[in-house]
Amino acid sequence: MSKTGLRRVAAVGAGMTKFMRRALETPNELAYGATSAALESAEMTRQDIESVVIGTAPDAFDGIHMNGEYLTDGAGGLGLPTLRGYVGGGTGVFSVIQGWYMIASGVFDTCMVMCEEKMSPCQPHPQGAFVTIFDHTTERPLQPNLLWIFALEMNRYMSAYGINKRDIARVAVKNKHNALDHPAAQLGAEITVDDVLESEMMAWPVNRLDVSPTSDGAAAIILAAEGTAERITDKPVWIDGVGWALDTAYWATRDLAYPRYVETAARRAYDMAGIKEPRKEINIVEPYDPFTYKELHHLEGLLLADKGGAPQLAADGVLDRDGDMPSCPSGGLLGVGNPIAAAGLMKICELFWQLREEAGARQVPGQPKTGLAQAWGDLMQVGTVVVMRR
Amino acid sequence: MSDPKTPPTKLAGTPLSSAQFKGGEIITWDDRYTVEYDWDSGVAIAAYLDGLKNGKLLASYSPSSDRTVVPPRTFDELTWKEIDDLRCLPGTGRVNTFSLCYVNWDASRRDDPLIPAVIELDGASDGMGILHMLGGVDPEAVHIGMAVEAVWKAETERQGAITDILHFRPVAEPGGSGDLDAAATSSPTAGFSDVDPGATKSDTDGTQGEDS
Amino acid sequence: MRRQVAIIGIGIEGLSPLSPEHSYREMIHAAAVRAYADAGIEPDDIDSAVTVAEDLFEGVSIFDEYTPDQLGVVLKPIHTIAGDSLQGLGAAALQIATGAFDIIVLEAHCKASNISDIGELETYALDPTWNRQLGYPAEALAGMEMARFLHDSGNTVEHCARVVVNNRSHALANPRGAFGGETSVDAVLGSHPEFAPLRAAEKAPAADGAIVLVLAGREAATAAGRRPVWIEGLSWSSDHAAIEARDLGRAGYCEQAAGRAFTMAGIDDPKSAFDFVEVDDRYAFKQLQHLEALGLCAAGESGPRTGDGDFGPGGALPVNPSGGSLGAGHLYDAAGLYKVAESVQQLRGDAGALQIADANRCLVQSWRGVPTATGGVAVLSNHHE
Repeated sequence: MSKTGLRRVAAVGAGMTKFMRRALETPNELAYGATSAALESAEMTRQDIESVVIGTAPDAFDGIHMNGEYLTDGAGGLGLPTLRGYVGGGTGVFSVIQGWYMIASGVFDTCMVMCEEKMSPCQPHPQGAFVTIFDHTTERPLQPNLLWIFALEMNRYMSAYGINKRDIARVAVKNKHNALDHPAAQLGAEITVDDVLESEMMAWPVNRLDVSPTSDGAAAIILAAEGTAERITDKPVWIDGVGWALDTAYWATRDLAYPRYVETAARRAYDMAGIKEPRKEINIVEPYDPFTYKELHHLEGLLLADKGGAPQLAADGVLDRDGDMPSCPSGGLLGVGNPIAAAGLMKICELFWQLREEAGARQVPGQPKTGLAQAWGDLMQVGTVVVMRR
Repeated sequence: MSDPKTPPTKLAGTPLSSAQFKGGEIITWDDRYTVEYDWDSGVAIAAYLDGLKNGKLLASYSPSSDRTVVPPRTFDELTWKEIDDLRCLPGTGRVNTFSLCYVNWDASRRDDPLIPAVIELDGASDGMGILHMLGGVDPEAVHIGMAVEAVWKAETERQGAITDILHFRPVAEPGGSGDLDAAATSSPTAGFSDVDPGATKSDTDGTQGEDS
Repeated sequence: MRRQVAIIGIGIEGLSPLSPEHSYREMIHAAAVRAYADAGIEPDDIDSAVTVAEDLFEGVSIFDEYTPDQLGVVLKPIHTIAGDSLQGLGAAALQIATGAFDIIVLEAHCKASNISDIGELETYALDPTWNRQLGYPAEALAGMEMARFLHDSGNTVEHCARVVVNNRSHALANPRGAFGGETSVDAVLGSHPEFAPLRAAEKAPAADGAIVLVLAGREAATAAGRRPVWIEGLSWSSDHAAIEARDLGRAGYCEQAAGRAFTMAGIDDPKSAFDFVEVDDRYAFKQLQHLEALGLCAAGESGPRTGDGDFGPGGALPVNPSGGSLGAGHLYDAAGLYKVAESVQQLRGDAGALQIADANRCLVQSWRGVPTATGGVAVLSNHHE
C-alpha cells in the first residue's frame, strides 16, 4: 500500500466528553457533547461537514440494534453520507482511517469522525455481553468470559519471555498517574506496583488493577483535506500513515505471545508515512491498553521494543512522559477510561493535542513532531495504526 | 485562531453513582432482548458436532498447506484451496496457555476457579489449539506444557456439542509421579477459597512442562 | 470518483428461503470462489476487503472477527461496515479512489432463516428512550409511512398491489429468484392486513444468500480479459434518526443520496438517463415512493405508470427486472448488493432470460428497512472513455 501522490488529510479540531462509569446522558447526547466540542475547537459549524464516520462497538452494550443509525443525529450526520466501520476494539483508531479514506478519495473535503460507547445500560454488568463475541457453536457453550482471552494471552506472553507481574504492573501505575492530568479521566490515581499485585485476583494472572474499567463516553475529531485544513487552523496535524490488519478467526491457532497483526498494520502505516526507523522517528506512542500487559505486548508488535523487551522499557522509565518513548501520556484506557470505540479515538485526540503543544500538564516535552496511535480488537485479531505529524 | 486554553475544556457528561440509582434518584426502566438464532452449522461444523456426539474429536487435513486443522473446515483459510479429508484425533494434547478465573461470565465472583485453557491437540498441526476447560486438576498444578486428555460425557448425555467433552484433565507424564487418580476425581472446589493471589504463581513463570 | 472504480467480478450464492446445507462462512466462500474466478484474481491479488454485517442480525457481537477466513484475506486490511451494502460499496470504492488500493473485495450476506423473529429484532432498533416502550413493532412504521405516502402522492393501494404482481412475475425468469409466481391484485389486497394499509403480500419475503464483488481501479479494470462495469455515481444518506422529526411520506434519504450520486455521474435528467433501474421494494409501496424520490417520474405518477406497463421489461423504463425483493427474496442489508450483482449481469449482456435490450446504464437504490431512514444510490454503466 505504498503509493505516492496520495491526497493529504489533516486533523483540525477535536473534542470529547468525560469518561464515566455511568452517564446520565443518552448515547446521542454523549455523541453531541463530543461533536459540538470538536466543532467549537475548530470554529466550524455542522454546515462545514461533508461526511461523517461513526464508531461504536457492540450494540449489545448500548442496547440498541443498528446503533449507528440511532447515533447519526448526535454525530451530525443528518442528510449526510455516514459510514459506521466496525472492527471491535480497533474501531476507535480505525474510525480515523475511515475518515482518511473518505477525504483522500477526493470525494469529500471534510469529515466528522465520532466514536461513542455507553456500556452502563448492559445489566447485570457490561462484561456479560462479551460472551457473544465467541464462536456461537464451538466456544460459547463453554460460557467464556472476556477476562479469559486476556488472561490466556497474558499468561502466554509472560511465559514466553519470563516476564513477571511486577514489570507489567508498572503500566497501571504509570497510566493512572498520567491520567490525573487528564480532565476527562475516570480513574486517575496514584497507585503502587504492590497495589496492583494485591488487588483482587480476577482471572490469574490478571488482577483487578490490571484491567481498564467499563465506561460511558464519546470523542470526536474533524478531518480536512490539504488546502482546506490550513484555512481552518494554523496547526493542522497530518494523518501521514494508516495501516490495519485482521487475523484469522481461529485465534487458538496463533502464537498469543506476539501480536503479529499489530506488526502487519504498523508496517503498512510506517511505509505510507515513510518511517524507516520507528524507534527514532516516533516521538509519542499511544498503544491500546485495555489491560496492563497489552501496552507492552503492543509496543513490541509496533516494533518499538524487542520481543519480550517492552517490560524493561517500563522498568527503566523510558515509557514515562519525560522518557525517551512516552507511551500513553494521556493515561490510556487504564487511567482515562474504556468506552470501547471512544477510547481509541481519545488516543488520537491526545496525539492531536500533544503535537499542537496543547496538552497542558500532560504535555510531552521536547516539541514532539510524530505520534502513533494504535488500537486492538476482536479475538486477539485486529491491529489498527495511525501515524500523525505536525 | 487556536484557543490558548488547554483542551479538552468544558467537558460534557454527567457522572452518576450507583448510590444514586439505589437511592431512587434516577428514573430508569428495564428492557430485555430476546432473540433466538438457529445457526446453520454447515458441512464442516456439522461433521465436528456429529463427531463429538460419537465421542470423536475431528480435524481436517489440508493438503495445500500440509496442516491438520481443528475445527474442521471445507476450505483452507491460508491457501484458499478446498479441504475434504476428516481425521480423528486421539483427544490428548498440551496446555498452550491457561487462566484461573474467579469471575463468572456475568462478573459475579466465585471461590473455586474455572480453568479455561488453549489446548494444542495431538495429531493436529503445531500450535493448532482449541479453547476448552481444564478439570480434575489442582489449579496450582496447572502449567503451560502440561499433558492433558479429554474427559468425555457418557454417551447418553452427549448432544453433539463442544461440551460433550466435559473437560481436559492431566495425564501422567512419562516417568512422572502421576497422581492421576487423585487428580481425576478430586473436586475442583476443594480448598481454593484461600488462594493467595500474590503467591499462586511465582514471578518467574517460565515453566515449560518440566515441573508439575 | 466517477469512472475510477469498476466492478470486475461477481459471485452470487442463493437466493433461497433456507440454506441449511452451508454455514454462513461456507456460503460466503462459495460466492467468493465464483467472484474471484469471474474477475480472474487469486486472494493474493487482493489489497483490501470490506464486509457488511450487523451484530444482532448475525447473532454475534463483534461479527467482524469472523470475516477474513472465507474471503482468503487473513492479515489483509479488512473491515466491516455496519450498514447497508451500498454503504459497503462506498467504503470499497472510496478506498480505491484514494489511489492506495487497486483490487478490493466486498461481501454482503443474509441468513435471515437463522433468526427466529426478525420483526422482534427490528424493534430493538427503535429509540429506547422514546419509542420502544410504546410496544409497537418496528414494522408498524411501514404501515404509517405507506398511509402518509399514498395520502400525499395520490397513488392507491391497487397500484401497490400491482407492484407485487409485476415483481413476482418478473422473478419467474430469474434463475436466482426464490419467490417468482403469478399472483393477482385481488389476491394481494385480500391478504392479511398486517399493518394496514400494508398487507402481508406486500412485504418482501426474506431469503438467504451471499454476494461477493471484486472492485478495481482503472488500470486493473481495463486489463485484458476483464469486463468492467463502472461506478459512475455513488452516494448514500441518512434522514432524521428520530422518527418524530421525519416527513413520513417522503424518502428523504433517497432524494439526498440521488442528488449527490447524479451530480457525480453528470446526470441532469434522471428520467431519461437509465436503461433500467433496480430500486428497493422491501414493501410494495416503497418501490413507488423510491421511483418518485429518485425523480424518475413525477409525484403521483409512479402508480399509474406501474399499471400501464411503462415500468415492465419491455417498457420505457424497466423497474426491478430481476423481480426485486418481492420476487427474488429480500436479503436485508445485502439486498442492495444483490441488485448491483444482477445489474452487472445486465450491463454485461449476461442476464439471459432477464436481459433488457441495450442495457448500458442503470441505477441501483437501497433502503435499510424499518426503523431507519438510510439508503444508497449507485449509477453503473459499461462505458469508459
